[in-house]
Amino acid sequence: MADVIYPKLIAAKLRSQMVYRASFAVDFVSQVMAQSYELIVILVLFSQINALGGFTKNEVLLMYAFAGAAFGVADLFAGQLDNLPTYIRTGTFDVLLMRPLGTLPQIMVSDIRLRRVGRITGALAVMAYALSHVAIDWTPAKIVLTILTPMAGAVIYSAVWVVACSICFWIVEGREFANAVTYGSNAFTSYPINVYSAPLRWVMAFIVPGAFVAYYPSLALLGKEDPLGLPGWVGWTSPLVAALAATVAGLVWRFAVRHYRGTGS
Amino acid sequence: MIEVRELRREFKVATSKGLRRNYKTVTAVDGVTFDVKAGEAVGYVGPNGAGKSTTIKMLTGILVPTSGHIQVSGVDPAKQRRDLAKRIGVVFGQRSQLWWDLPLKDSFDLLKSIYRVSTQDYQARLDECVELLGMQELLITPVRQLSLGQRMRGEITAALLHAPELLVLDEPTIGLDLESKERLREFLADINTRRGTTLLLTTHDLDDIERLCPRLMVIDHGRVLADGPLAELRAEVTPDRELVIDLREPGPAPDVPGVTAVRSEANGLRHHLTFRRAEITAAQLITQVVRQVEVHDLAVVEPEIDDVIRKLYQRQVDQEAHR
Repeated sequence: MADVIYPKLIAAKLRSQMVYRASFAVDFVSQVMAQSYELIVILVLFSQINALGGFTKNEVLLMYAFAGAAFGVADLFAGQLDNLPTYIRTGTFDVLLMRPLGTLPQIMVSDIRLRRVGRITGALAVMAYALSHVAIDWTPAKIVLTILTPMAGAVIYSAVWVVACSICFWIVEGREFANAVTYGSNAFTSYPINVYSAPLRWVMAFIVPGAFVAYYPSLALLGKEDPLGLPGWVGWTSPLVAALAATVAGLVWRFAVRHYRGTGS
Repeated sequence: MIEVRELRREFKVATSKGLRRNYKTVTAVDGVTFDVKAGEAVGYVGPNGAGKSTTIKMLTGILVPTSGHIQVSGVDPAKQRRDLAKRIGVVFGQRSQLWWDLPLKDSFDLLKSIYRVSTQDYQARLDECVELLGMQELLITPVRQLSLGQRMRGEITAALLHAPELLVLDEPTIGLDLESKERLREFLADINTRRGTTLLLTTHDLDDIERLCPRLMVIDHGRVLADGPLAELRAEVTPDRELVIDLREPGPAPDVPGVTAVRSEANGLRHHLTFRRAEITAAQLITQVVRQVEVHDLAVVEPEIDDVIRKLYQRQVDQEAHR
């Protein structure tokens, strides 16, 4: 069973991190802090204004929390792709190709950092706060949506990560570009997208489907009209968008690995 | 086991001149053809940049050939990478497949799961390797704390846990001390003869070939220059042997017909003579030499394998010049 091996690989990685306990603790705290900087920005902003793009502070916090949790989970797995340039340069990628497993899952479990859980923990706390302070007409479907949203968001972010990092197979030091896309889209999705200018909005909504991470699902939960005029059911489509994004990312990755094996280094 | 026909591999290399970027095509492997039968042990040698590693990468499915045909263990490495991975073992001397921060045994356990080896087989294979390679104390040591020689024993064990039919080794003895090298060679010779595992290894250390590989393939500039038993290649390319004599008293080199004194050292205390084995045997030569001079010590030197390869290369250049 191929599925049995990945938990083992993750457990192995966690054990090796425990070798360096002190750095683990420092990393964990710094991750929580990194996440809270963005939170502080939002709080400062709302000390000056009452609404942002028609959304209250707590509604914006909800979007921020969805985005943060999704990004945290994606970072946990897809974040390893930041090591891809090193893997390519040092030949570690060749070792992955020698094994009877897919290269992408191998990379995703290659360097799981438990410290990144710090980011997720912070986001979940904010999510709990926001959910209890906004007006939501709870139905069973909305409960399911609330649970699915961070997961779908994690898949969307991971897909963006995979696609952005695939460029490293062509430009070995493409990491800067990849980070701009991944971390940039996280910063973007933490706010209601109607505050951005139209071209950026379109890119982020439909090319990099970041708006489906937090914005549209939040609209559906809050029962709000999209100020940009998309119908209400759009907020329920995030899991579908996630599946589509994952498929595209898988194809891009396959194409990129084929390119690598075709040119090599 | 391995079937390679007209294998070619080109790389595009960027050559930057100022802001202009041009690409030129470099052919790393240029029409290589060979077969390796099950159970053989083949040395694949050549200078740096000759195309050895590129060939190995194509055989193991890491790189896809530009053209040509490869079949390894019954599958096409380019198309069936994962199938192939289950059938062959690969050891790269300069990159590790072990988990750096974990005890060696943990890496083996993970590989057991990756290759889905049954607990019974795994235990038997691991025990065998541990015993033959003397790794009892290393199993609980984190890989990063192992010496290079110890780590290499771990790498080879890691590549053998799924009982591959073919073991490909890229520079397995690079950087090892003499004792570690010897230990590895002994082990590899053993699994080749006893278990019948086919071996293909690239190396710079020609003692590896001498000890391990009845068959040698020499590659340079992407082409196979020679393919055959080492002894045959040696006899064919360098028919000359060298006799080194140390005299009791300094003096001129002894004069034997058909034998040339190539050089002398230490003011005439040591002389190097070359002779053709087809014309005079070492025994005959020595008999004649001791009649003429008082000998303190003597030795017959076989041509270094480096020389063999250099001459093979020279022969190739000459042949091309003649065409």
